[in-house]
Amino acid sequence: MSLLAIDALTLAIRGTPLLRGVSLALQPGQTLGLVGESGSGKSLTALAAMGLLPEGATTTGSITFDGRDLLRTPEPQLCRLRGRRIGMIFQEPMTALNPVQPIGDQVAETLRIHTSAPRADAHRIAAEKLARVGLPTDRIPPSRFPHELSGGQRQRVCIAMAVALRPALLIADEPTTALDVTTQMQILRLLKSLVAEEGMALMLITHDLAVVSGLADRVAVMSEGRVVEENATEPLFRAMCHPYTRQLFAASDHRPARTSLPLGAPLLQVDGATRDYALPRTHLFRRRPSFRAVSDVSLTLHQGESVGLVGESGCGKSTLTRAILGLEPLQQGRIHLDGQPVGPGMPPTLRAKVQVVFQDPYGSFNPRHRIARAVAEPFHLLPAPPRGAARRAAVAEALEAVGLTAADMDKYPHEFSGGQRQRLAIARALIIRPALIVLDEAVSALDVSVRARILDLLADLQTRFGLTYLFISHDLAVVRAITDRVLVMQSGRIVEEGPTDRVFDHPSHPYTRALVAATPRIPAHWVPAAPCPNAGVGQQG
Amino acid sequence: MLRHLAERLLSLGLSLFAASLVVFAVIELVPGDPAAFMLGMGATPEAIAALRRELGLEGTPLTRYLSWAGGMLTGDFGISYTYRVPVSQLVLDRLQVSLPLAAYALLLSTVIALPVGMLAAVRRGSATDMAVMGTTQLGIAVPNFWFAILLVLVFSIKLRWVGAGGFPGWEVGLWRGIGALTLPAVALALPQASILARVMRSAVLETLSQDYMRTARAKGLSRRQAVFRHGFRNALIPVLTILGLQFSFLLAGAIIIENVFFLPGLGRLVFQGITQRDLVVVGSVVMLLVFAVIVVNFLVDIAYALADPRLRRPA
Repeated sequence: MSLLAIDALTLAIRGTPLLRGVSLALQPGQTLGLVGESGSGKSLTALAAMGLLPEGATTTGSITFDGRDLLRTPEPQLCRLRGRRIGMIFQEPMTALNPVQPIGDQVAETLRIHTSAPRADAHRIAAEKLARVGLPTDRIPPSRFPHELSGGQRQRVCIAMAVALRPALLIADEPTTALDVTTQMQILRLLKSLVAEEGMALMLITHDLAVVSGLADRVAVMSEGRVVEENATEPLFRAMCHPYTRQLFAASDHRPARTSLPLGAPLLQVDGATRDYALPRTHLFRRRPSFRAVSDVSLTLHQGESVGLVGESGCGKSTLTRAILGLEPLQQGRIHLDGQPVGPGMPPTLRAKVQVVFQDPYGSFNPRHRIARAVAEPFHLLPAPPRGAARRAAVAEALEAVGLTAADMDKYPHEFSGGQRQRLAIARALIIRPALIVLDEAVSALDVSVRARILDLLADLQTRFGLTYLFISHDLAVVRAITDRVLVMQSGRIVEEGPTDRVFDHPSHPYTRALVAATPRIPAHWVPAAPCPNAGVGQQG
Repeated sequence: MLRHLAERLLSLGLSLFAASLVVFAVIELVPGDPAAFMLGMGATPEAIAALRRELGLEGTPLTRYLSWAGGMLTGDFGISYTYRVPVSQLVLDRLQVSLPLAAYALLLSTVIALPVGMLAAVRRGSATDMAVMGTTQLGIAVPNFWFAILLVLVFSIKLRWVGAGGFPGWEVGLWRGIGALTLPAVALALPQASILARVMRSAVLETLSQDYMRTARAKGLSRRQAVFRHGFRNALIPVLTILGLQFSFLLAGAIIIENVFFLPGLGRLVFQGITQRDLVVVGSVVMLLVFAVIVVNFLVDIAYALADPRLRRPA
């Protein structure tokens, strides 16, 4: 008998259908990967199984767990199931923990609300569970607060909380999406070993096909509120019966057609850049200690080149980016753009030569400005910006260059999807024809298929306008797709650089090797070779 | 935590010093000679000079500042020009009314506002929420002296539960003292509670949408348990700021209410001091209020650190 059986589940929020007949089964001890893009309904399916749907959600169908239908189970009984029989962890470990409670208390709470364990016992077991997930008491005592831990450590605390009572089912909703690749690898290993040792079933929700390929026994692919394909992992990857699965697979590994431009003169030169941050004073009369975020970094970007900068969070790549944009002073070293010194006091005409596209397509637009105003914003850097009709013509041209239309300029940002907003951000960077565009995790927040199209756009724009790109990302696949040369940064230093393919295929520095090794990959021999043996098998809806 | 405490204490001392300079400078700058004012139109220059000496108005500004500030530190606030008694005596008498009144009002406002604000947040959009929002809007809009008069009409004149005003002193008994302060405290607490309830409501709403509340629910806590165990303390952080500001206001800002109820409080003392050009009284009371505000801010800072571990710097 299945541990969890979801049958013909539909879900609508205020009349909008979001799940259209989802059926899934999960056996005890099995790992099911639930893959799909944002809006496919994979998180809602998980929340429905937890009985934690948002207000106003109406459902039909059934979710059978432990022999009862969760959709018809009253709330007090659901409370007794959650945390005891079903545990769940979420995507964002930075905010998933209560900031004002020690981690040990938060883990012990799971035990205390479900069992009659005395306080001391609950805390002792909590400490054991924390040690089990890799936070031993002597190094990370349970009295620590969440802000004293890294993202990976916080995710471990969340896991400890979810598995403290050895639930039969653990639901992990994008548990590693917010983490660096090496941390991701450790967390995935931890999940795998917990499943093996505790005999838990795991529902692993992710957008990343490579992640499920290494972990799941079965995979279900979701699209637009339906399960479009479901099978054991290896056969599913080998066959890829559904066109959507193939599309997802192609997009996740998409490399745009690029023509490398002939290298021009050096455009950006960074010589021995060092940036220190002052830390809080530890002693009233001593000098404030400092933290060296960027240490003696030198690099050169030539006109028409596309260079990647990779490294994990905290390695200093954002600080280096801000210094290159002239937003931060340096303690040592110099940065030159087109031969002129870059720094906080640089003239607007020099700033006009470098523009930036940030990660968050939602946060980087003022919601109360129309697109025409937002996209034309960099014009204030010019001594004689175009006005009136000329200005609108320039905005229209920039919008058309990124695949939008001139009619979009009178809309507001909320009328656009995430991918379209990232196009708008690129249009804004493009409008004053900069020589250098800095792309700071510019495609990291996008779904794989949207990401593939944005990468195509970037490749196309580079050829058309002879642009130079500095592409900052933690995602090695993306960097590989769009850059000629790559720099690997660790603890404020560039540890390796060279042509992208060579660095990733034959990494020489141990850190680069670790990064490459930690990147999840679909086994090469699983690539769909044979045509689908029996088209339609496992398809629904 | 200890370091945090020491830092806050140092900043407290520096703020007091800066404030004393400002207060002293302002008093120095006020035109007119207090001695001449006190002795009236017909005073002889000799008499004025003698009084000036007696009042400590002679000497360089530095020596006068030092003796004024030194006096403050030792509890010697000088002699009031008009009352002819030590200012410390006056202030002490008035504090016996003002301090309990402020504490009483603050207690009432907190006890009412926090649960009400929380309830409104948890039942957002319900009739309860709308009633709370409407009532608090009214509480902020209604002038508190008018509300005070209303209270007197109902509880003193109609129902005769408490006196209409005045303060019998604590000697006649704790309960009679508290009784005399009840209507003024209610009048003072109403607008404060209204503001606080709204702040609490929005602070709780803010925490309700946080990821850690979802985590708490995933652990098996009921909605109510999640709000109490994880929402309340996080919501308190913005509320503490408002509480600190309110206590400072209640201590000195009760002038109108003190007048409605004929209470001999600090507010009235300052008001009288200003109209009678009694600069010794004004300077001392202002300094005392500054001291109170700074100490309250200090306590709020400590409370922040207790409520929010992120503010406790690692040692």
